[in-house]
Amino acid sequence: MFNYTIRRSLLAVPTLLLISLIIFLLLDLAPSDPTANLPLTIPPEVREKIRQSLGLGDPIYIRYILWCKQFFINEPLNILEHIFGWQIGGDRLRVLSWQTRSPVVDLIVQRLPQTLWVVGLSYVLGIVIAVPIGVISAYRQYSWFDQIGTFISMVGFSVPTFFTGVLLIVIFSVWLGWFPSIYDTTHQVTDWSSFLVQVKQMIMPVSVLALFNAAQISRYMRASMLDNLNQDYVRTARAKGVRERIVVLVHVLRNSLIPVTTVIALGVPQVFGGAIITEQVFKVNGLGQLLIIAIQGGDVPVVQTLTFIFALLIVLFNLIADVLYGVLDPRIRYD
Amino acid sequence: MPDEGTAVLDVKDLTTVFQTRQGNVHAVNAVSFELQPGELLGVVGESGSGKSVTMMSLIGLLPSPPAKVAAGHVRFANSDLLKVSDEQLRSVRGAEIGFIFQDPMTSLNPVFTVGFQLMEPLRGHMGLTKAQARARAAELLDLVGISDAKRRLSDFPHQFSGGMRQRVMIAIALACDPKVLIADEPTTALDVTIQAQILELVKELRHKLGMSIVWITHDLGVIAGIADRVMVMYGGQVVEQAPVRELFANPQHPYTKALLETIPSVRGARPEKLQVIEGQPPILYDFPRSCSFSDRCAHAFESCRSQNPPAFAVGADHTVSCHWNAEAGAPRNG
Repeated sequence: MFNYTIRRSLLAVPTLLLISLIIFLLLDLAPSDPTANLPLTIPPEVREKIRQSLGLGDPIYIRYILWCKQFFINEPLNILEHIFGWQIGGDRLRVLSWQTRSPVVDLIVQRLPQTLWVVGLSYVLGIVIAVPIGVISAYRQYSWFDQIGTFISMVGFSVPTFFTGVLLIVIFSVWLGWFPSIYDTTHQVTDWSSFLVQVKQMIMPVSVLALFNAAQISRYMRASMLDNLNQDYVRTARAKGVRERIVVLVHVLRNSLIPVTTVIALGVPQVFGGAIITEQVFKVNGLGQLLIIAIQGGDVPVVQTLTFIFALLIVLFNLIADVLYGVLDPRIRYD
Repeated sequence: MPDEGTAVLDVKDLTTVFQTRQGNVHAVNAVSFELQPGELLGVVGESGSGKSVTMMSLIGLLPSPPAKVAAGHVRFANSDLLKVSDEQLRSVRGAEIGFIFQDPMTSLNPVFTVGFQLMEPLRGHMGLTKAQARARAAELLDLVGISDAKRRLSDFPHQFSGGMRQRVMIAIALACDPKVLIADEPTTALDVTIQAQILELVKELRHKLGMSIVWITHDLGVIAGIADRVMVMYGGQVVEQAPVRELFANPQHPYTKALLETIPSVRGARPEKLQVIEGQPPILYDFPRSCSFSDRCAHAFESCRSQNPPAFAVGADHTVSCHWNAEAGAPRNG
């Protein structure tokens, strides 16, 4: 298993390099101009100078290698210095945002907590809701509970979050006035009442995303439970006189969780990508919103870096899913 | 060694119905039989004749819905298994009545160790501690002929071969010293050599532990080798019951005869074609009002199509449900 993980990690290096190149080339092909958002009064020759100063005059391979050097060498060195207090020294250029002129990694570090709180929490919540719903739906197949659960997950699955998000805002912010429609990231939790304010502003974005995640995972959970409930080993467990609760929650659930865990692991990077829209709807200035603004502003370094980080997450969680599979299923061996 | 005395298991008029969209399927129709202490009762019949369903319904192992045990009594240890609470029934299952299933490849849970699965009934029914259960589990594996039992407890089912897994299943069924062992085609999925080994093992264990066994199979050769008494089932009914020698020497029901004729002979000239029973067993959407074998029977006459034959005693401990008197070669009178 250890060897397998190492081998897969090494194989991921060329994969990721190729991905970074493709992202870079795609962004270069895209007809975006970092100066397009500047006032129209700026004359063309000044615009050209601005472009030159951003490095756009260099040939494409120079720009790519420069980004690689900045991202793969300089930034990790910075992080090492920061963590261990080393002084490696040397003049290291960081990946800079064209819009704000601040290092992209710093921007990400600023935005990450919001995304993790809202999106991460909604994913965890989605799983916590989905697993029991899937289990009960499968165990009581075609019961009222199952019918309603299936209906709700169909709705949650098929209605996009930008619709449910706006719908919730209309109902709970505009009509009822219970929750704020804008997520205030500058809000500091210092005491009980400010904590309540934080909870209030998190309820809507978290529930929109949680509904979507729960809908998806509960479908997988239900299907997987149904697959296993009809297996011979379930009959064996019953014939042994095992309590029905243990038959379902130990024998069947343990087997059913194997594919569901894979789905959950593979879904983690998707959550970051999929949350872009929801973050925008609720004005949560997390990673998704950073990406949207960067795209609109033609801020290639930010888009390049963020997209690459998403790709990195996908590759990483693919590996995690595979390893988890081997851990959970004793029949799978990697060597 | 069927000794005289009260039966361990006494089944009367057991009737099981599957409620499906196409209507009610009558899978078991008023089946009655007794199981004597220490006896090995063979149950034979084609696929779909209701052998397994009969045995599963008396212990509540059929999924309900769609299955429903509609009528009958199952007397076991002074209680009626069809009337007791789910909890009581659960305390009988695996403790006093053990079960072995057909396919050892899928009957064990793939993600738990053999030790865990073997210790489950021991801890649940007998209240053993973990250490005691482990020691007993190792003993059981040893008993069913798995070497290096202690170490193999921590192996997973996929690390065992098919025959070995069936041995594990037998060990699980025997874990709590059951009075009755129900073996549902335990050798069907195994190849012939492994089958012989399992048969030897069961014969040996039966003498060692002195339990009663119900052996479901469609292999008459197996029955001839191990059973004391045989029950032939067709269309969810018992059509003939007799001691094993009597049944093979003197079959009375046309279906039993036909079954025996389908066994190819090893000696003599090889016949052109294998002997078969033409047609399919019926799917009964109603309680049988006529003989369910009449469509495939060479001797069928009017009574067979108008009246379901009751069980006639035709010899010592030998009953047959047939209007045709095979001895006389004529319809039975009354």
